Amino acid sequence: MMLSELDFSALWVTLRLASMTVLVLLIVGTPIAWWLAHTKSRFRTTIEALVALPIVLPPTVLGFYILVALGPYGPIGSLTGITLAFTFWGLVVGSAFYSMPFVIQPLHAAFEAVGRAPLEAAWSLRASPLDAFLTVASPMAIRGYVSGIVLGFAHTMGEFGVVLMVGGSIPGKTRVLSTTVFDHVEVMEYTQAHIISAVMLLFSFLVLLGVYIINRRFPIHVS
Amino acid sequence: MNRLIARFDVTYPNFQLHVELDVPATGILALFGPSGSGKTTLIRCLAGLERAPHGFLCLGDEVWQDETRNIYEPIHRRPIGYVFQDARLFPHLSVRSNLVYGFNRTPVSQRTVSLEQVIDILGIEHLLDRRPHKLSGGEQQRVTIGRALLTSPRLLLLDEPLSSLDVDRKREILPFIRRLYKEIHVPIIYVSHSINEIVQLAQLVALLQEGRIAAIGPVGEVFSRLDLRKKLGRHPIGAVVDAVIAEHEPAFGLTRLDYKGQSLYVPFQSLEVGAELRVHILASDVGLVLGDSSLLMLTSVLNVLRAVVVDMTEVDQSTVDVQLDIGCPLVASITKKSLDALKLTPGQQVFAHIKAVALIEELTD
Repeated sequence: MMLSELDFSALWVTLRLASMTVLVLLIVGTPIAWWLAHTKSRFRTTIEALVALPIVLPPTVLGFYILVALGPYGPIGSLTGITLAFTFWGLVVGSAFYSMPFVIQPLHAAFEAVGRAPLEAAWSLRASPLDAFLTVASPMAIRGYVSGIVLGFAHTMGEFGVVLMVGGSIPGKTRVLSTTVFDHVEVMEYTQAHIISAVMLLFSFLVLLGVYIINRRFPIHVS
Repeated sequence: MNRLIARFDVTYPNFQLHVELDVPATGILALFGPSGSGKTTLIRCLAGLERAPHGFLCLGDEVWQDETRNIYEPIHRRPIGYVFQDARLFPHLSVRSNLVYGFNRTPVSQRTVSLEQVIDILGIEHLLDRRPHKLSGGEQQRVTIGRALLTSPRLLLLDEPLSSLDVDRKREILPFIRRLYKEIHVPIIYVSHSINEIVQLAQLVALLQEGRIAAIGPVGEVFSRLDLRKKLGRHPIGAVVDAVIAEHEPAFGLTRLDYKGQSLYVPFQSLEVGAELRVHILASDVGLVLGDSSLLMLTSVLNVLRAVVVDMTEVDQSTVDVQLDIGCPLVASITKKSLDALKLTPGQQVFAHIKAVALIEELTD
């Protein structure tokens, strides 16, 4: 076997990281996306720009700030004494920022497409705002959820810069597939780099293909 | 009798709503007015979709809004049904699930209508397992009305429910709305900019203009008031008469109606003797004849009613509206030349000639 046990542990860390990141982003991102879709606040555009920032920011810059924030002398470290830098949970925090636009933007667009009209109808049928969100807005925005989950997952799997800055590619702890490829290339192990790269390529393609198929298969009918 | 009392003051950058309403909570009240007159804002305030900063609203002894006491029930805690202009059925649910959405959220003790009853009234049995986007516009609107009814509302708000439908679909739905209030006895507030719909449905009408109620009263009175002619715009002023079927004359293809002892002939109606029928008479279809009732009048006009002149108003250079009393208001639009020839004065007895064909209101817009 060409791949070592460390390569497989990198796969495991990667999958765990991507799942946790998506979970965190669904919990934190859904209210933000909802707020963006329904607010009339003048801070809306500012928040929208902040959410989109990780798309254009060099991952090393984002990683650097997160490293400083999570380090022993950062705000979290000095207040609680917990140092998240170079740990798995530090990676989750970094990835959540890095993949934030890929979860929030599809949700935001989906909530906006649903609009206020079906909610007003639900309220008039005695559904509380939370009830209306869960039973009307969320099912109608299902495509936004699917896109957000899949894109967030895939994008987290593909991250490199943030992971390197915040996690440091510690084998078994914070070493993920993308940094493993880099490490293999560094020591001229091209076969292993090829295999992992091919797997990532195929995976990414299949994920995107899946998203487009789902979007085509389940069009939302708005009367 | 419960009353609906509402006071709303809303100021938007380019629109103001200032409304005081105190009406019996029974039958159908129509809100009528041109676009931008505040009809929709008013009905949204009643529903709780819009919060008027200085608002008061109560139905009977239930207070839904009283800003002086800081009371405001959000829409989902008000026992109202709301039918939107655009049906707003939930696209991810079947017709059946749409219907019971509000029903399931209504406490059992508050339920006054059953699913079977609503399905029967609206004739939607065959649609239950379909998806909303497979329904025609008229079917969608019937399901929406059913969905709202199934919350057992104490007040049903209809916001131009027919405006997006064509004439045939309108004709298909109107009888259902009439049945609603007859069989379920839910008071209805009906927003419309169509005199035809209002004349066919409502008992009371409030005429809205620039965010204020310009006139309110029984449909027959408001629509035949001469001073409102300008406010009603292009809409033909007329009379609304609630008559009773007296007898059928199948040989002539006619039905005779009785209204306060006078007869009106209309094309044959398949209704039982004794049933009520509402007829709409356009002012332009009424001509006036002077004469002594003891003289035998020969005329091809079937419908000749005794009337008393009440008032006259000049409409334009050549036309005058004459308000008559036939037990209810009736308006005749005649030429100035005729007025001059007849020398009408208030209190005078005249005969109103009405063309039979103009009696049953057809939906034309």
